[in-house]
Amino acid sequence: MLERDPEGRKQARVAPWLLLAPGMLWLFLFYFFPLWTLLRMSLSSRPSRFADPVFSWEWSNYSDAFSRYGAQFSRSFLYAALATVAALLIAYPLAYVIAFRGGAWKNVLLGLCVVPFFTNYLIRTLAWRTILGDQAPVVETLRSLGVLAPDGRLLRTPLAVVGGLTYNFLPFMILPIYVALEKIDPRLVDAARDLYSNTWRAFRKVVFPLSLPGVFAGSLLVFIPAAGDFVNSYYLGSAKTTMIGNVVQDQFLVQLDYPVAAALSFVFMAIVMAVVITYARLLGTEDLV
Amino acid sequence: MTKRFGDFVAVDDAHFVIARGEFFAMLGPSGCGKTTTLRMIAGFERPTAGAIRLEGRDVSRVPPYRRDVNTVFQQYALFPHLTVWDNVAFGLRAKRLPKGEIAVRVQQMLEIVRLTELANRRPAQLSGGQQQRVALARALVNYPKALLLDEPLAALDLKLRQAMQLELKRIQREVGITFIFVTHDQEEALTMSDRIAVMSEGRVEQIGAPTEIYDSPASVFVAGFIGQANLFAGVVTRVGGDRAAVRLGTDGELEAPTTTEGLKPGDAVAVMIRPERARLLTTEPAPPRVGVPGTVTDLTFQGPVLRVGMVTAADERVVAHVRPDEDLPLLRPGARVWLTFEPDAARVLRARDRVAPVGDEREIAEIEALTVPRTAGGAR
Repeated sequence: MLERDPEGRKQARVAPWLLLAPGMLWLFLFYFFPLWTLLRMSLSSRPSRFADPVFSWEWSNYSDAFSRYGAQFSRSFLYAALATVAALLIAYPLAYVIAFRGGAWKNVLLGLCVVPFFTNYLIRTLAWRTILGDQAPVVETLRSLGVLAPDGRLLRTPLAVVGGLTYNFLPFMILPIYVALEKIDPRLVDAARDLYSNTWRAFRKVVFPLSLPGVFAGSLLVFIPAAGDFVNSYYLGSAKTTMIGNVVQDQFLVQLDYPVAAALSFVFMAIVMAVVITYARLLGTEDLV
Repeated sequence: MTKRFGDFVAVDDAHFVIARGEFFAMLGPSGCGKTTTLRMIAGFERPTAGAIRLEGRDVSRVPPYRRDVNTVFQQYALFPHLTVWDNVAFGLRAKRLPKGEIAVRVQQMLEIVRLTELANRRPAQLSGGQQQRVALARALVNYPKALLLDEPLAALDLKLRQAMQLELKRIQREVGITFIFVTHDQEEALTMSDRIAVMSEGRVEQIGAPTEIYDSPASVFVAGFIGQANLFAGVVTRVGGDRAAVRLGTDGELEAPTTTEGLKPGDAVAVMIRPERARLLTTEPAPPRVGVPGTVTDLTFQGPVLRVGMVTAADERVVAHVRPDEDLPLLRPGARVWLTFEPDAARVLRARDRVAPVGDEREIAEIEALTVPRTAGGAR
């Protein structure tokens, strides 16, 4: 037994690594390696339009990314921020009602929120083209009511793009907020009411602070994909609503300018990380999650 | 007052008056309506009929946040995102008291419950007993007209529970506030309360001081729920004043005190005797002394007393406590004994179909009561 002991211990030390190995390998092959390639690509230059890019510490790709596409960057983050706020305003009351008043219908109601998203992303977005079309009843009604000018339109406006983003990412806001609200013990609300708080104060001081982890998670789940999205702008917007996702798509697939596309991707990642870290600091929910 | 949930009557015509500064307990098995009664006093439920008066003012329709009572919740319901200090200050801030006064009162209350050093902790960082004291401080700091406690000690282990019983008594004396307290634990109610209301199936069975309830239970239910009770079925033969003569099957006739009103000859009754007032004899007592014959089934040494379980000819299970100075050498399972008692130590109660479970069965029922989840509609 004594002789075997060292071997047993060795096994105990090696086992976790063996278990981690497949995941690590996966991450290395399909995450770190492509990232590394992309980083090299972003610092390469093209001798001619159809030649392969060559690594050459080409920092100008980055300065170009900023100077040429600054407008698209700021527009992307503005639209994503607007869509996040809109999704929050829609999702919070919805999740609240389902969590606290849903009773036996909770799961059904929650299911109904998700069911539309079983349809393909593209088809759902295309459907909005029909709904918001210039000859569609929605626009005609709004025109006759005077909300829109006689030649006013919805399709191909920033409003349509932000609306599309809000719609497409709404479930990612509803679900985390619902989970956070569902976890709150209703007796805490009783306790707040017992301690001289009316329903509104009980919400502000107890329910809302306790739901912040859900708000935080939901906001990131909406903001990040919305900022990088190109489908909504492509189908619901116009040349004036181009987002950074459209630029990257164009550079990669149409212009075949890989170095600039790669640089754009890195700048985008850096900004998203900065936004996430600032947001986490602001909400300060580390010890609640 | 009465509370109905649909067809279910949770509280049926409960009526009582609680004096200022009193430690009042509502005691009963789960589902007896005690928690619903407490929630009506707190304002979370409205009485279907009747009224709740607080110092003369009808508060039945006043919402909880405008009612001068505070609650210590079962499992405490402390705000997990706030520190101990902020939890305790919650009510005073809601009442918009000046900052300085809030600080003074919170500080003072934390001293009373001995939590000053833990003011900056979060509830999750506290032990069960400490959380319990935060819950108490959070309610008491508002100087309510009455403090409502919903099974406040149920979540604690036995040792801590006993310590907290004394602690609660001390705090109540210190602040002089009326405590209304709900429990299913008879020992807890006996230890702490000035008066106890025993409830069963939505009705108040009896209200009185602990000794009164123990010595003169008003019903078979109360007798069985508070302490242990031996019950012998009998028929009333004569009634006179506060005594009744009862024929006990074939075992003879005796005259014992009663508090039951409206007894008539011919009524079915139960004669109740506490185990510590019962005596065992190994020979048949001479008439007129009544002796109920039976067979010893088990002996349990409990320190101060020897607990003797026996079964009578009528198949009634009874228990007697034998003190060490009583010399009963022949006591062993299977032995034939006679259970006898002073008639004045017995009580004549109206017989009822429903009898509270006795002894071990009751303990099991209590454990179930602790583990059964909240039923819908709060009908507990």
